[in-house]
Amino acid sequence: MTQAVNHVALLPLYAAAGTAILILLADLFLGRFQLAAGLLGAAATAVCALVPRDTGTFCTGDLCSWVVTSRAALLTLVFAGLTAGVLALSAPVLRQGYAPKGEYPFLLACAMAGGVVVAYAGDLITLIVGLETLTLPLYVLVGLRRGRSLLAGASAAVTFFLISVVSTAVALLGAALLYAGTGALHLVALRDGTGQFAPLATAGAALLVIGFAFKVAAVPLHAWAPATYDGAPVPVAAYLSTASKLGGVLALAAVVQRLDTGPVVAVLAVLTMTVGNLVALRQTRMVRLLAWSSVAQAGYILAPLAAGAAGVEAALAYAVFFVLLEFVAFAAVAALRGPGVDGGDLLAYRGAGRRNPWLGAALVLAFAGLAGLPPGLAGLFAKVTVVESLISSGWGWLAGVVALNAVIALAYYVRAIALLYTVPQSPGISVLDPALLPPRAQVPLALTTTLLVGAVVAVLAGFTPQAVFDILAG
Amino acid sequence: MTTLLQTLLVTVVALPAAGAIVVALMPASRDRGARIVATLFAAAGLVAALVLVLWPYLRGVGGDPMLEPWAEIDAAWVPALGVDFHLGVDGLSAPLVVLTALLTLLCCAYTVGKVPAGGSGRTLAGLLLVLEAGILGTFLALDLVLFFVFFEVVLLPMYAVIAGWGGPDRRRAARKFVLYTLFGSVLLLLGVFTVVVAAGTGDMLALAGGFGLSHTTQYVAFALFAVAFAVKAPLWPLHSWLPDAHTEAPTVGSVILAGVLLKMGTYGLIRVGVGVAPEGAVWASPVLGILAVAAILVGSLVCLRQTELKRLIAYSSVSHMGFVLLGIATHTVTGLQAALIGNIAHGVITGLLFFLAGAIKDRTHTGALADLGGLRETAPRLAGLVGFAAIASLGLPGLAGFWGEAFAVVAAVERGGGLWLTLAVLAAIGGALTAVYFLRLLRRVTHGPATPAVTGVTPVSRPEWWAWSPLILLALAVGLVPALALTGTLDPLAALTGALR
Repeated sequence: MTQAVNHVALLPLYAAAGTAILILLADLFLGRFQLAAGLLGAAATAVCALVPRDTGTFCTGDLCSWVVTSRAALLTLVFAGLTAGVLALSAPVLRQGYAPKGEYPFLLACAMAGGVVVAYAGDLITLIVGLETLTLPLYVLVGLRRGRSLLAGASAAVTFFLISVVSTAVALLGAALLYAGTGALHLVALRDGTGQFAPLATAGAALLVIGFAFKVAAVPLHAWAPATYDGAPVPVAAYLSTASKLGGVLALAAVVQRLDTGPVVAVLAVLTMTVGNLVALRQTRMVRLLAWSSVAQAGYILAPLAAGAAGVEAALAYAVFFVLLEFVAFAAVAALRGPGVDGGDLLAYRGAGRRNPWLGAALVLAFAGLAGLPPGLAGLFAKVTVVESLISSGWGWLAGVVALNAVIALAYYVRAIALLYTVPQSPGISVLDPALLPPRAQVPLALTTTLLVGAVVAVLAGFTPQAVFDILAG
Repeated sequence: MTTLLQTLLVTVVALPAAGAIVVALMPASRDRGARIVATLFAAAGLVAALVLVLWPYLRGVGGDPMLEPWAEIDAAWVPALGVDFHLGVDGLSAPLVVLTALLTLLCCAYTVGKVPAGGSGRTLAGLLLVLEAGILGTFLALDLVLFFVFFEVVLLPMYAVIAGWGGPDRRRAARKFVLYTLFGSVLLLLGVFTVVVAAGTGDMLALAGGFGLSHTTQYVAFALFAVAFAVKAPLWPLHSWLPDAHTEAPTVGSVILAGVLLKMGTYGLIRVGVGVAPEGAVWASPVLGILAVAAILVGSLVCLRQTELKRLIAYSSVSHMGFVLLGIATHTVTGLQAALIGNIAHGVITGLLFFLAGAIKDRTHTGALADLGGLRETAPRLAGLVGFAAIASLGLPGLAGFWGEAFAVVAAVERGGGLWLTLAVLAAIGGALTAVYFLRLLRRVTHGPATPAVTGVTPVSRPEWWAWSPLILLALAVGLVPALALTGTLDPLAALTGALR
């Protein structure tokens, strides 16, 4: 049997994969313009996602393996935007030779292609293949750092790799059991098992959820995240905690929509947000703080998924707002710290907001949003969406847990914000000593532009969240 | 089609926000200029607020202007969450709107003359404007979710004001403030969606009177609302953030905090708690009443032992807000009116007291009552003002503080029954204690021989007179003509409570 392939539907994937090839060619023949090629490709991917289409492809009967929806288009847009943003953030790192100029953008583009596949995937196999394509390049990216602290990067990469491989194996086993139990592979046809196959299908569904939970770093499967984030270059950590996490959320959302996984997801959600927040309270390094906070944020995303299909929209909306704000936070950290340096100690940020008012403001916007407070209105609406969805689907107690966790989370966010504006004082002198403030950051244009775009998008999304909801509702 | 009045309504909220943006964009070298610009925006905001509030008298509005909001705007914002941009002003919110605009103007003007140590005055003035926008939005919001959004807006700016420009222990105080109040507002969020999901709408006008919500929903919602607003108001035993925050905050921060920020709690309890879940309010009123009287007594007794000026005023706020909450708890029209006028009076008088305390601390560099004393000898005018504010605060008839406290007690008596009579008696004893600690304060600060700290203090300057005189006049005016704050409250309150009869 031959299948008619709808190439128009596949355009975003072609564009994303083409980006990787373009970068490779640029590196091979020109030896420069690798970044430009990457940015161009990401833009092309975004444009292709916006081309209106209404059919999928690779269909058998009504069931398609490649499903085109406005939701998929939005998520592709987010993946492309994040990739372009991380590429731009990496510009100074690459220019100064901390990472190879060709391989680095190439791997990011490959990851973007994986993200696009996840967004459009219509069956479990495509989904898992996409997810692997998204994460595989990241193992290399985490370890890909020349010069200092090679060891940290390498060990982070190995940890990440091992855990991720195990989680993929678990997810595949789950998919296999589910297929054996119900004969369903397409996401829209997934169902709970009946009769003698019911236990098999239930076990399969649980294993799938657990396997995907690794990708979003849900507790108790989270241990890799902080070490990996902190060992990786700041832009790569940004990609890990945004694009990679978004992929995991999409996969989870696809699974929980049709299967009865409420209790498993609820337990994961409660553990994830509580442990993430409590451990984040004690962090002294910036990237570790962000890593643990993003573990906690994964918990908020998981929470509405406990309600099944009713919560998917809220979870995705939260995820979109979250990656925006998280990206702004990482971009601001990268700008404050300069290339080739990791996130550093929290204390190194003391007074940084006074010296760099606009960078400080961007970081405050991001942290406030992550805490769910104005001026980060996007984060506020994200939190409101989750609570609304939980209460309306009868999970009031889980909404209460989310709400209390938001209070714990604020404690470390305000600690970080306050540090930005603390005046470092030499003993005995109570006046502001400019010499003690960290030096004014020299921010490259690429970084400034990225940060500005990110912050503007985050602010706009905060004032017009309805646009995001409309697209997600399809 | 937006009318002029609707434009005005949006302007009242948008003007301070726009002012904050303008101030933020001004270059750092023009610090004083930026503070003056902020003051001008605040002044324009006050004018807009006055016109808005006085509109029914200026132009006349068809229908019964007092029962319904005379200015209202309703536009969909986030339909997916049921959020409407629904603002309106009626008799309940009008006095608070004016008070907010007035206090912000006075505080901005105060920063023009004097910037507390800790950061740039430009940023402080900008934050004051953001605070004003958030507080006004809370008072004007007629949509539950919008109310919550504005409620959250004030959180971080107030944190920044305390943590940036406060006293020596400011960080801990600011953190305590922000965590406590966020705890309150997440409960508010849960309550809001308990109601919105059950009722299918967040329109406070439609929801007023219960909207036929089930008993359970109303009980759960009111319990959530009550705790949420009790943190903000604050109600004993959730008050412990307040003394620290007040003591450490800079003068303008304390004024805004005591003057209007706390009112978001009591206003919310009336508008949202009693309004949306009346059965829950009746159900919980004995508990609320007991806690309110406990707050009055605890606040007064703690005040008797205070040795620090700002801390004493802070604890007196706990006691005064206890009277306001007692009024609300009685769930009678008299009680709610007492609560509303108590709100205004406390805002005016405590605002003035914090201005005066700030002025004394700036001059003497100490707030310890033991080190002050004999202020009357060295700065008679300042001492006279302190005396005036203290006497107004202790509830002397003829001054603003009297009405709220007296009628909260009257309302408790009206409510009748053993419990409420006991509460009324205890509250009256609390009122007497208020007199005791304020007279003690006066004896310690103004009388006696002059201490070294108060010798050679500068007299009240002209800008200070300008900043304080509106508050002094208001304390007198509200005391002599309480109708100023109460006109137009009777019908909305009767509508709120009448739903139960």
